[in-house]
Amino acid sequence: MPRENKLDKEKMVVVEGSYAVAHAVKTCRPNVISAYPITPQTHIVEDLSQFMADGEIPNCEYINVESEFSALSALVGSAAVGARCYSATTAQGLALMHEVLFNMSGMRLPTVMTIVNRALSAPINIWNDQQDSISQRDTGWIQLYAEDIQEISDMTAQAYKISEDKDVLMPAMTCMDGFILSHVYEPVVLLEQDLTDKFLPKYEPEYTLDPKDPLSYGAFADPNYYTEFRYLQEQAMQNALKKIEDVANEFYDIYGRYYGGLIDEYRTEDADIIIMAMGSVIGTVKDVIDKLRNRNVKVGLLKVRAFRPFPADAIRNVVRDAKVIVTLDKNITLGLNEGALCTETKSILYNTDINVPVIGYMLGHGGRDIKVDTIERIIDEAHEVIRNGIKTESQFIDLREEIL
Amino acid sequence: MKEIRVHGRGGQGSVTAAELLAVAAFADGKFSQAFPAFGVERRGAPVLSFTRISDEPIRLRTQIYEPDYVIVQDPTLIEVVDVASGLKDDGMLLINSDFDPETFDIDTKAKILTVNATKIALDIIGRPIVNTILLGAFAGATGEIQPESIMDAVKKRFPGKVGERNAEAIQEAYNMMKEARI
Repeated sequence: MPRENKLDKEKMVVVEGSYAVAHAVKTCRPNVISAYPITPQTHIVEDLSQFMADGEIPNCEYINVESEFSALSALVGSAAVGARCYSATTAQGLALMHEVLFNMSGMRLPTVMTIVNRALSAPINIWNDQQDSISQRDTGWIQLYAEDIQEISDMTAQAYKISEDKDVLMPAMTCMDGFILSHVYEPVVLLEQDLTDKFLPKYEPEYTLDPKDPLSYGAFADPNYYTEFRYLQEQAMQNALKKIEDVANEFYDIYGRYYGGLIDEYRTEDADIIIMAMGSVIGTVKDVIDKLRNRNVKVGLLKVRAFRPFPADAIRNVVRDAKVIVTLDKNITLGLNEGALCTETKSILYNTDINVPVIGYMLGHGGRDIKVDTIERIIDEAHEVIRNGIKTESQFIDLREEIL
Repeated sequence: MKEIRVHGRGGQGSVTAAELLAVAAFADGKFSQAFPAFGVERRGAPVLSFTRISDEPIRLRTQIYEPDYVIVQDPTLIEVVDVASGLKDDGMLLINSDFDPETFDIDTKAKILTVNATKIALDIIGRPIVNTILLGAFAGATGEIQPESIMDAVKKRFPGKVGERNAEAIQEAYNMMKEARI
């Protein structure tokens, strides 16, 4: 259900995106933080370290570690004894966590980790794209993507509530575009402690590691049992679909802000062209849509907030009557020549009565700026698909042919 | 919406300047957004930062290609960087320099203004840090922002004597450039 966001200028302050996230984490009252600094995530852990040093996060342990692998491993143990945990990382750091991501999810340990999206090496590149988190899509982590710093801040509290729900119990990544959101200064309402306390109850897990009442986590599961663990993880993801919507509504009731649940829509009513995208490019696309709508171009936006679980039904409902769907991907599924959002979108439309063509664009890799002009050209090409059908299903755009 | 690009060298506080401008603009009742050009920061290397100021909330996330205003912290950058790139014809280019604007051979139709911010900095602050002073000069030259809002933002960011001296220097630059208002 689309809702009006109340714009509370009185409560807003101009801060850096990373600070807004660190502040949000603080109000969620974590018990254990463990993270290893890496550009462009660094400011978040610096701000959290400062809060810790100033005694502003009571009842919390900040565990210093020598790598991202250890950071997340420390949280596996901490979450298993019932601690509310937090970490943040990006790119190579997230890649180094890969093995532990499966462990945390397989043991059904809730946690929240901010991914400050960045390109993966090689060649070395510290700038933004979303290849890092997209590459972890099958690890059993919920993945949410934010369009601005208010949303990533609010999403932090939402993610704890989703992750810790007893019908979910899956760890969650909240994803923000590196530099574009982590280093931007803009007006934001920092999460108020009293409201977060009202919104996010104390974490009280049903099962914890306790020497007085021993049990084991992640123990051996032979072929007689392993499949059922995987099945239950999938069920948990399906449960998260509803929970993500519910939590967005609960958040709205308490804080008065709403950014969509699994998805959000912008001017999709009567839209012939629906653009699907995730993250900070959403704002630029909205500006382009307003401009084109003034010229009677029927174009709208479907913002994908949840990439895992993938909101199949929610997307189907929105795109049903469109004439063409356009996906924007800041990642590449190498060997398939398309981005992950393109692949997933096509997959959920197959075997249905929806027959809308999908075209995909891969762009914004390694920090390449996504300009207004690029979005406009993509929309022009979408018109061409409506007129004459698909010529190229998926392609790179803004490729510098002259240096190839 | 007004778009401002700040050119400086790593260590000159260009990112801080863009940020303080955003804080001050918001205090004036506008919406604002500030961000760096995301380089690998090295002291002395050319750096860029950006600020957008608007009456409406700002959603656009691209870098700034056609600024209304450009601020140049170090005039030696003009030889190595196209500081006027995309600058609107009715815009303004503000350079920290003790030379007259006419001495600069820059390909732009926009108005060029100079202010000797380094001298103001040395006289009042005692260090050649010009970022906040150029904001005062910018406020004076354009009227886009209240000088008090800049001074408040600076004093909050740099509490105590440092902030006070910066505020004094901002006022001085504002007064000088107000006469040259475009």
